Amino acid sequence: MDIVYRYDGSWAGFLTCVFESYVNHEEPMDFLTLNDPTVTLWPEREVTTHPAHAQRVSRGLEKKTSARFRHQMERAFLTCLEDRDRILYGLIRRGFSEGDRVRLDLADPAMAKVTLALAKMWTEWDHLKGFVRFSDLDGVLVGEIEPKNRVLPLLAPHFAARLNGERVVLYDRTHQEAFLAENFRWTILPVEEFSMGPAGEEERQWRRLWKQFFQTLSIQERTNPKCQSIHLPKRYRHVMTEFMEEEEAAKPALP
Amino acid sequence: MELMDKLTILADAAKYDAACTSSGTVRGGQAGRIGNASNTGCCHTFTADGRCLSLLKVLMTNHCCYDCAYCVNRKSNDLPRAAFTPRELCELTIQFYRRNYIEGLFLSSAVLRDPNYTTEQMITAIRLLRTEYHFHGYIHAKAIPGADPALTYELGLLVDRLSVNIELPSEQSLNLLCPDKKKAAILAPMAQIRDGVVQSKNEMKLYRHAPKFAPAGQSTQMIVGATPESDRHILNLSAALYEKYKLRRVFFSAYVPVGDGKRLPAPVGYKPPLLREHRLYQADWLLRFYHFTADELLSDDHENFDAALDPKADWALRHMELFPVEVNRADYETLLRVPGLGVRSAQRILTARRCGPLTFEGLKRLGVVLKRAQYFLTCSGRMMPGLRVSPEGVYRRLAGLEREALPQPEHHQLSLFDASQAG
Repeated sequence: MDIVYRYDGSWAGFLTCVFESYVNHEEPMDFLTLNDPTVTLWPEREVTTHPAHAQRVSRGLEKKTSARFRHQMERAFLTCLEDRDRILYGLIRRGFSEGDRVRLDLADPAMAKVTLALAKMWTEWDHLKGFVRFSDLDGVLVGEIEPKNRVLPLLAPHFAARLNGERVVLYDRTHQEAFLAENFRWTILPVEEFSMGPAGEEERQWRRLWKQFFQTLSIQERTNPKCQSIHLPKRYRHVMTEFMEEEEAAKPALP
Repeated sequence: MELMDKLTILADAAKYDAACTSSGTVRGGQAGRIGNASNTGCCHTFTADGRCLSLLKVLMTNHCCYDCAYCVNRKSNDLPRAAFTPRELCELTIQFYRRNYIEGLFLSSAVLRDPNYTTEQMITAIRLLRTEYHFHGYIHAKAIPGADPALTYELGLLVDRLSVNIELPSEQSLNLLCPDKKKAAILAPMAQIRDGVVQSKNEMKLYRHAPKFAPAGQSTQMIVGATPESDRHILNLSAALYEKYKLRRVFFSAYVPVGDGKRLPAPVGYKPPLLREHRLYQADWLLRFYHFTADELLSDDHENFDAALDPKADWALRHMELFPVEVNRADYETLLRVPGLGVRSAQRILTARRCGPLTFEGLKRLGVVLKRAQYFLTCSGRMMPGLRVSPEGVYRRLAGLEREALPQPEHHQLSLFDASQAG
């Protein structure tokens, strides 16, 4: 059926879309978010997020397939997979009709795409756990990332546990949201404009010490930039202290 | 002396230690303490030589009373010397850790005065870090061979991982190059750490709060290419270390000449045997994750790895009677032995074939890379369509794939390595 759904872009919103599609006996051909400027020629249905309906779909899916499959779908919703919503919608539908078999069918084109997208996202998450850099700006640890996937919700518990008791701000430039932690509590909020303040002299001294340490530890006879790029792709480097010029590091970074 | 200068000297002196892993301990965050640890560890950056940098890797001091030929810190080497105070070391660790530069501390030391004094200095610094600075993250310390076992034990209670470097692959080489170190003196703390870990695990079963002794176990490192041992000797030794001393990791470090050691003259134009080191690590992986044994990979008539191939392909080409393997029937161990298939691919194959027979197209969709594997697999009894190749042809193609994967300078390295093998 030729219809396009518009929803708020949240996981609960997406599950509400699934609910609506069953209620209305239709299979939407595409999903758009409410503030997506794309104009379509097809009829549109605006879906309002309904937590109870979303919950029903989530529970039903888990019962029909497995907790692992439901969890996979929820995580896959954070990936930057192209055509993500349509692929996930198709898989969820398949899950409701076929059961947990869909989770095992890794050679299925849709499931294969999701599996690879998930693997990439977990890699990015793993990278960023290490590659995030904080600056101490007046006692607050501030950092920025620019990930492809929406990994901030996955990074949040890690940094919250690690830097407990500290005040932390971690901004995701791609998805324009920020992780905030204070007093053993944390949250993630949408933030449109963000810029890091200037660093004080003490902070700059620590940066210099770190850069010096980083450069000293490389063994000259073994220099191997290809190997370095494989493990530390260049796209991460523009927000990493050891690859930034000092002036640049001292200036407020712009998005 | 400025902190910057100390850090430079003491990091420079520590950089030849290969181990920079932060794995093996799981510890959640705790209120009032800074840091946690995860089982898989975490790489925080990679230096220009492509090595992972995970820990603040420094020496307590580089003043040394030993004179080991391969070591940059030997007393006969003329270089600037420095020592951290415990407080400087703690400040560095905490400030680097808060900024997420590092996963923890890797503290080693040259032997200042004697092994006991050195160990005491390390204990003082690490205790300060754990108690006053409430550091809850990863700490790896080097046990100093020859120190009193009671001191080594005390150190083990404060850290996650303890390690002792075995330095060289044989006793003769050790006697030749480090006259001050004895094999027995190195193996004694290794055995002590092994027993300490076992005992602590047993006690923890009885009392929940029993003290944890080096919960992430121990590792060691040996220098490759400074002495004439074969790959087979080295691999057998590391297999024995895993078995007898319950090591978590054995690291190899290609010999890089430092200074002008008279006992260890480096030939003109010498380059560190990086490719050989790489092959040994690949073989080490096969031992630890792919169910291979050292004897399978190398034998009397095959003492060294073929530098042009990775060890698994090298093994497979010498055992062509076992191939091709049928993707839809082979068990996990058999799949792991196919060149080009890794742990992840093998597991995906096992899962996916529960839903029906796999084809080569299906394998590609799973993310299995067929560049190497295609020569060793059948899907429902058929080889890859259009694949016609003789056994020599397979060797040439696999070697060609390897060449592409290696960085340019290694090409040169390859021929040099071959020449030294022949000579």
